[in-house]
Amino acid sequence: MAAGLRLEKTHKHPTLLLAGETLMLDLCGGVWLPEHRTLIVSDLHLEKGSSYAARTGQFLPPYDTRETLACLHEAVIRHDPARVVALGDSFHDHRGPERMEPGDRAMVAALQEGRDWVWIAGNHDAAVSEGVGGRYADALTLGGLVLRHEPSPEPVPGEIAGHLHPCGKVAMRGRAVRRRCFVTDGTRLVMPAFGAYAGGLNVRDRAIEGLFPNGFTAHLLGDGRVFSIGRAQLARD
Amino acid sequence: MAPTGAGKTLAGFLPSLVALSEQAAAKPAPKAAKGLHTLYVSPLKALAVDIARNLDAPIAQMALPVRVETRTGDTPAHKRTRQISRPPDILLTTPEQLALLIAHRDAAEFFSGLRYVILDELHALVTSKRGDLLSLALARLHRLSPGLPAIGLSATVREPDELRKYLVPQFELSPPPTAGEGGPRRGSGEGQRDDAELRVRHALSGSVAPLSRPGLTAGPPSPAVGGGNVQLAMADLVTVQGGAKADLRMLDLGRSLPISGHTAWHSMPAIYDLIREHRTTLVFVNTRLQAEYTFQELWRLNDDALPIAIHHGSLDAQQRRRVEAAMAEGQLRAIVCTATLDLGIDWGDVDLVVNVGAPKGASRIMQRIGRANHRMDEPSKAYLVPGNRFEMLECQAALDAVEEAAQDTPDARLGALDVLAQHVLGMACADAFDPLSLYEEIVSASPYAGLTWESFEQVVDYVATGGYALRAYERFAKILRGPDGLWRVRDARTAQAYRMNVGTIVEAARVRVRLGRSLRGKPGTVLPKGGRVLGEIEDDFAETLTVGDTFLFAGETLRFEGLSEDEALVTRAPLGTDPAIPSYAGAKFPLSTFLAERVRAIIADPFEWDRLPKQIGDYLQQQRRRSVLPGERDLLVETFPRGKRYYLTAFPFEGRLAHQTLGMLLTRRLERDGLRPLGFAANDYGIAIWTTRDVSERAALDPDFIGDLFAVDMLGDDLEAWLDESAMMKRTFRQCAVIAGLIERHHPGLKKSGRQVTISTDLIYDVLRKHQPDHLLLRAARQDAATGLLDVRRLGMMLERIQGRIIHRALDRVSPLSVSVMLEIGRERVYGEGADEILAEAEAELLQEALS
Repeated sequence: MAAGLRLEKTHKHPTLLLAGETLMLDLCGGVWLPEHRTLIVSDLHLEKGSSYAARTGQFLPPYDTRETLACLHEAVIRHDPARVVALGDSFHDHRGPERMEPGDRAMVAALQEGRDWVWIAGNHDAAVSEGVGGRYADALTLGGLVLRHEPSPEPVPGEIAGHLHPCGKVAMRGRAVRRRCFVTDGTRLVMPAFGAYAGGLNVRDRAIEGLFPNGFTAHLLGDGRVFSIGRAQLARD
Repeated sequence: MAPTGAGKTLAGFLPSLVALSEQAAAKPAPKAAKGLHTLYVSPLKALAVDIARNLDAPIAQMALPVRVETRTGDTPAHKRTRQISRPPDILLTTPEQLALLIAHRDAAEFFSGLRYVILDELHALVTSKRGDLLSLALARLHRLSPGLPAIGLSATVREPDELRKYLVPQFELSPPPTAGEGGPRRGSGEGQRDDAELRVRHALSGSVAPLSRPGLTAGPPSPAVGGGNVQLAMADLVTVQGGAKADLRMLDLGRSLPISGHTAWHSMPAIYDLIREHRTTLVFVNTRLQAEYTFQELWRLNDDALPIAIHHGSLDAQQRRRVEAAMAEGQLRAIVCTATLDLGIDWGDVDLVVNVGAPKGASRIMQRIGRANHRMDEPSKAYLVPGNRFEMLECQAALDAVEEAAQDTPDARLGALDVLAQHVLGMACADAFDPLSLYEEIVSASPYAGLTWESFEQVVDYVATGGYALRAYERFAKILRGPDGLWRVRDARTAQAYRMNVGTIVEAARVRVRLGRSLRGKPGTVLPKGGRVLGEIEDDFAETLTVGDTFLFAGETLRFEGLSEDEALVTRAPLGTDPAIPSYAGAKFPLSTFLAERVRAIIADPFEWDRLPKQIGDYLQQQRRRSVLPGERDLLVETFPRGKRYYLTAFPFEGRLAHQTLGMLLTRRLERDGLRPLGFAANDYGIAIWTTRDVSERAALDPDFIGDLFAVDMLGDDLEAWLDESAMMKRTFRQCAVIAGLIERHHPGLKKSGRQVTISTDLIYDVLRKHQPDHLLLRAARQDAATGLLDVRRLGMMLERIQGRIIHRALDRVSPLSVSVMLEIGRERVYGEGADEILAEAEAELLQEALS
C-alpha cells in the first residue's frame, strides 16, 4: 500500500491515523482532532501584506489578515473546537501585531473567546509573545502527537509541523494544477500554509522529500474536496 | 538623394536638418542655443540605431554641424549623464527611455528648446499600452515646449483621424510655470508646417493631400465635469500614394488541403522553390512553433545548403542580432520569422515575402508585404500560404481586401489606468506637481481625453498609498501632498524604484533554456552546467513540462531534463524524434472582425465559391447537403452524438480569444442545465463542446433552449463568476499590477527579481477581488479584458448580432464544417477541464496502486 494512504472512502475531508490519533484533513488547510476537539492551523502569516509596505514600498492589498481570519472563522464555526493551535509563523514578522487593524484584532479576540488558544513559536514570529491573547509555547504534546513549527530533521512518529508551506503540482495533458497540500508518510505530517498570501514549496523539493525517505502521499486542497495523490503523480516545478 | 528604404524616415527628418543647417549658417558660432533640437521615438531599439546610421551619411555629405545620438537601454551611464548636460542636436530613442527622460529632474530645461518630435511606426505604437505611455510623454513635451510640432510616420490605417488627434493636444495647455522661454513657438523659416504632420506610407513623391487643421481653441476642461468636451484637434495629414500595386497571390498547390492544422507542411517544397528563385525571402509565420517547424522543414529540404535563418522573440538576443546583421549584409537567402520582424529595419534587398498560415488581418498582411522591396516603381511580391481549408477562405478574403486597399487596423485605445499610474509617479519624480495642472495635461493626450477628474484622483490616491478603502499605508505614502498643495515623491529610493520599473512591456516570467550534455549510462544524473544558452521560454510553458518531454526550440528538437534554479536544462533529442509538446500552439493574433465578416460572406454566397480552388467549393457543397450553410449574419449551431459523447459546435467566426471566453461561459450554462459538459475546444472560426447528456434531445423538448443558451445575459453574472477564477483574467491582472507598480519587477538593493521577491499575483487578485472589487487595478484589468486576452467586447457584439438568427441543426453525425473544430480536440488544451478533474484523475492512479 502506498505510504501514508489509508483507504477510507474518499470524501471531502480525508481522515488519517497518526500515532494512534485520528486526524481529519480539512479542506480549509487545517487539521481537526475530533478526540481532542482541537483545530490546528499553520503558517497564518498575518500582516504579510503590510510588511511589504514597510520593507519595500509595495502596497499589496492590506486585506490578507482579514481574509485569513475569515477562513479560520469559518473552520471554527464548523468544528467549534475547545482548543485552537496556531502552529507558528502566525505573524509574518514580529511587528505584525502592532500593525494589525482594530477590526482584525477584535476578530482574533472573538475567535479566542471561550477556547484554549495556543500560539506555537515560528521562525518569523518567535519574538511575538504578547498582545494578541492566548498563550505561547514552543511546542505542544497532545496524546501521541507532537506539535511544533519546524519538522525535525530525524523522523519523529506523531509529529505535526508546518514551516515548509508544501504545495503539490499535477501536470497532465499540457495543463498544470498547483495546490497547497498536507504531506505524510503515515508517521509524521507536514501541514500546508493557511495564510492568504503565503507562498508554497513544491513537495518534490529536497527540503520536503528529505523528510520522507520511504515516500509520501500528498493530500492536495482542491476546489471541492481534498485529493490524495501519490508521489509518482506529483511533478517537480 | 535618399537611399532605397530610408525614404519615409529621412523625409521626417528633413525639416530638422534644414532648420539645423540654417541655424548653423545664421549663427556660425552658436553659443546659447545648444539644446536638444529634434527628438525621434521608435518602437524598436534596433530601429533607432539603424536610423542613426542612415542619418550619418547625409549629414556627413552635406557637412552639417549636427550631432546625432541614440539613447536606449544599452546606452552606458556616463553617456546618459553627458547627454543630459550636453544634449545632442538629434536624439533617437524609445518610448520607455522617453518616459525616463521626462521624469528626470532636469527635464524642463532639457526639453525647453525642443523644436521637433518625430514618432516613427506610429500605427504600431498606438495600439498598445506603449502608445498610452508615449501619449502621456508627448503631452508633457507639448507643455515643456509649447507649440511643438509632432510628426507622425505611419503605414496606412483605417482611421487616420485617430492618429491625427494623437499628435496634438486635445485641449489647450496653459503655459507651464517653469517654462524656459515662454510663449508658443512655431516652426520658422520655409517648410512651415502647423503643429504636426502625418506622413503616410512610403516615399517622397506622390500626391500630397494636406487637410486643414481645426482651431485649437478648447479651454481646459473643468475638473468638476470631467474631460467630456473633446474638441477635434487634429494634426495635418499628408498621404503618399503607394507606387506599383503589390503582386500578391495565394500559393495554389493544386492539391487538397487538410481541414485543420496550421503548419502548411504540404507547401514546404513549394516555399523552398520560391526561396531558390528569389534573392532574399522573408517567410512570416504566426507563432513561434510555426517558425520552428517551418525552419526545420526548410532545412530538411535544403539540398543546396542555402543560408536560411530563424528569428523570433524567444531566441537569445545575441543570436537575433547575428541574424539581423547577416541579413543587412545580404548574406542570407531567407529568414523564417514571427511578428518580431513586422516592423522596422529596412532590409533593402528583400524581393519576396511569404506569409505562412492565416493572414488574420488585412492591414497586418499589407504591412508584412511592405517589408519586401522598398522601391516605389516595382511591385512588392508576396505569396499567402494557407495551412488548411479555412485558411484558404481567409487568404481569399485578405486578397480581396488588399485589392481594395481596405484597412482593418484596430480602434483607438482608451488610455489604460495602470499606465497612467506609472506616469503620475514619474511626474512626481520630475518635479512637484499641481494636480489640476497635471490633470489638464493628461486629458490633452487623446487616449486620455475622456478621463474624469474622479478617476484621476483615484489614480493619484493609488500612487500615494495603494488606493485602499482600508487606509493602512498612509505613513508609507510614495507621494506626499505638501502644504502648498503640490505632490512630491517621497524619497530618492522611491524615485529609483520608479526608474527601475518603467515601461509597459510585461514579459511573462521566463526561464533560460540551457543546452547540457546527457551523461550516457547515468540517467538522472545532474547535468553539468555551462552549456550554451539557446533562448528563453515562458514560465507558464516550462511549468507544464516534465522530464523527458520533447519540444521544438531554436530550430531543434530538445528533451527537457529538468529545472535548475532559473534555467531549463535540455539536451538534443535523438535525430528523428517527434516533438511531443505543442508549445505555443495557438495563434497569437485573433482573426480580425473585418476578415471574419468577409469569410462569412464568402461562405454564404455560392457564387463566390467559383473564385476559390475547387476543393473548397466541394467542401462547402457537402456541408450544405449534410447540414446547412449559415447566412452572412447567422450563427450555425450543430448538435450530434459521436462515440459515447454528445457534441455541440457553433461557428461565430470571431477569433480564438472570444471563442475561448464563449466556451467557458457556455460550459457553465450547460452545467447548470444538467447536461454535464466535459470540455471544449476553440479555434478562430468556431467552438466544440462535449457533454455526457444529449443536447439535441433537450433542444427538441424545449424549442427555446439553444436561443437561451446564447442569450446576451451570458455576459452578466456568468461572466463575472468566471472572471473570478479565470487564469486569463489573473494574467491580465498581473500585467496591470506590474505596470502600475503594485509589484516591482526590479527592486533597489535586491539582486533577485521575479518570483523570489514578490507574492503570487494570483493570491493578491483573489484577496483584492473579495475585499475591494472596485479597486483601480481591477478596473484596469477589466478594461483590458474587454479587448485583450478575453475579447469580451467582441463576444458581446457577436451575441447582439446573432439574436434571432441562430440556426440549429440536430444531426446524427458530424458535419463537414464541424470536423474542422473537432480536430482541435486533443491538439488544444481542454479549457473546460476544472482543476478538480485533473486532481481526481491523479488520485485515481494512487487508488489503483493501493488496490493492486
